[in-house]
Amino acid sequence: MAGEKNIETTGLLGWIDARFPLTSTWKAHVSEYYAPKNFNFWYIFGSLAMLVLVIQIVTGIFLVMHYKPDAAKAFESVEYIMREVPGGWLIRYMHSTGASMFFIVVYLHMLRGLFYGSYRKPRELVWIFGVAIFLCLMAEAFFGYLLPWGQMSYWGAQVIVNLFAAIPLIGPDLAIWIRGDYVVSDATLNRFFALHVIAIPLVLIGLVVAHIVALHEVGSNNPDGIEIKAKKDKNGVPLDGVPFHPYYTVHDIFGVAMFLIVFAAIVFFAPEMGGYFLEYNNFIPADPLKTPAHIAPVWYFTPFYSMLRAITDDYTWVLAGLSVLGAIGLLLRSNLRGVWRIAVPVVLVVLAVLLRVLDAKFWGVVAMGGAVVLLFFLPWLDHCPVRSIRYRPGWHKVLYGIFIINFLILGYLGTQPPSPVFNIMAQAGTLIYLGFFLLMPYWSCRGTFKPVPERVTYKPH
Amino acid sequence: MSQDAVFLNGDTGSTGQDSTEEINPLGLKNNAPMSPERRFWVGTACAAGGVVGVGAAVPLVASFAPSGRARAAGAPVEVDIGSIPVGEMRTVEWRGKPVWILHRSPEMLETLKVTNNEVADPDSDRPGFTPAYAKNEWRSRKPEYLVAVGICTHLGCSPTANLAPTPGPGLPANWEGGFFCPCHGSTFDLAGRVFKNKPAPDNLEVPPYQFLSDTRLIVGVDDDQA
Repeated sequence: MAGEKNIETTGLLGWIDARFPLTSTWKAHVSEYYAPKNFNFWYIFGSLAMLVLVIQIVTGIFLVMHYKPDAAKAFESVEYIMREVPGGWLIRYMHSTGASMFFIVVYLHMLRGLFYGSYRKPRELVWIFGVAIFLCLMAEAFFGYLLPWGQMSYWGAQVIVNLFAAIPLIGPDLAIWIRGDYVVSDATLNRFFALHVIAIPLVLIGLVVAHIVALHEVGSNNPDGIEIKAKKDKNGVPLDGVPFHPYYTVHDIFGVAMFLIVFAAIVFFAPEMGGYFLEYNNFIPADPLKTPAHIAPVWYFTPFYSMLRAITDDYTWVLAGLSVLGAIGLLLRSNLRGVWRIAVPVVLVVLAVLLRVLDAKFWGVVAMGGAVVLLFFLPWLDHCPVRSIRYRPGWHKVLYGIFIINFLILGYLGTQPPSPVFNIMAQAGTLIYLGFFLLMPYWSCRGTFKPVPERVTYKPH
Repeated sequence: MSQDAVFLNGDTGSTGQDSTEEINPLGLKNNAPMSPERRFWVGTACAAGGVVGVGAAVPLVASFAPSGRARAAGAPVEVDIGSIPVGEMRTVEWRGKPVWILHRSPEMLETLKVTNNEVADPDSDRPGFTPAYAKNEWRSRKPEYLVAVGICTHLGCSPTANLAPTPGPGLPANWEGGFFCPCHGSTFDLAGRVFKNKPAPDNLEVPPYQFLSDTRLIVGVDDDQA
């Protein structure tokens, strides 16, 4: 009963606290959640991602009030929002800019995790929920992109749904089942609308809650990659921790203000961002009989799209060869134990055979999906004795640099029309991306590591 | 001992210590192991609930399949081909997809001999894309008329026709005329055969079709397969 609870609050708050864990939740997650005091610039992107999520949900609700999910009316209703709904252009540009900003913020948030080892034990689940959020975001962006029913919407959806048709045996039927028709049509538009406004957002919000609850259970990592919970004062408060509120709430408000300046500048002055945020071909209504001369996904998908295009029949020889080499290498000298020592090389050899047996088209899809799924395994791929990039050998930083530049190049290539030179570059880039992660167990534990400090590095100012 | 007693008291096998153990409000001894019978019924109820849950999902999953209306829209299309000039192409819509009818000139047919060595599947041996009556050097019933679904077998874009033997952006220098997919750069010859080492794995699909007369053609049915 309520009377048995030890309530410190009085009045209305006391009445609520006797019936609902309001004050205790506030304390656990905000005012008495101790975050490391040495957070830097990189730690703003989690809060910003939450902000963009709110922007997307609020603007999305208002867009749904005017939008018509009907192949005959969708394009027109978007133009109606742009031209006739009072302020409709602003709401739509906030939503379309928000989509791109969401990915910018989330990519930087993930990069932060990569730099400081924020996915390492005990934060594996924080990372896994995070990658699941990233997957949901990709689905959300993809479903949402069909809704304006422009040429890019239509042909982009056609290409992505046909990815599933590459799966052996069930593929073609699966693609028809997803579309609800033989081509992308009104049925497809309606179901994508339902998934975009209801299904995926519900899952997304659930995952965001799980991400934060998991984070607050284990505590935040920091740029030094050391556990602040290892050194506590007599009250059990980490010596290097400060309460999230007011320290980081105020800190984040500054970041939010900076972000909103950039956001507003894009919304008001460059909502199309030179065809990167809103592609020019999408201002032409969808035409099922004519593919635009050059189609490319929106920028945030292009690194993965490049990997999809890179896998040609010739290239599967290279991948098969590398699988066999990997199998031999693991057999000769690996520290895998027991059954794994044999099983992993066998799987690699089978993979090499399948690479040549199944269509290159299928492997393109596998490479694209695998590039995202690989991220789930990052906590177990990284064997580095230190978490943070600060205490890694110099050549590790070079590898991170190559990885980032490679990812940007892949992104650029994905926006460009296909050409032989670009194709070879994308193939090299795919190898670098996959190699960075798959060889991580090998390279991440090598080199001379700098000593990790006992307490976080922090200079008061 | 009655059935109810077994149910409520859990493990009734042990006696003697009953009086000293705590009994909770449900009449169960705290820490007593669950009776096997009770465990069985809990398991059965969960399994039955699971079956109902999966069953409820069936109509939801089935609703994703093409509706009756979408299937009906897949009716055959009749085309007047007499009006297509030699060397030109007409596009008709069948099942929402573009179907190309190309009236090939003798020179165009000649190029197929040149491309024969450069295409991945010259004899259309891969199953599923070429009906038996089109499994020949022209991939058609009549050599002069190519009928093909204008959807790239890679990821479903509609290739553009570059029928003239002049190279252009994305095309090789020795271009003989054919089709170019702008999405991922696959190229097809004038019989819809895909060139080697392109993302598309298959030749363009030849839909079921037949000639009603010399100038009329129907796409979507063929008596050979019916």
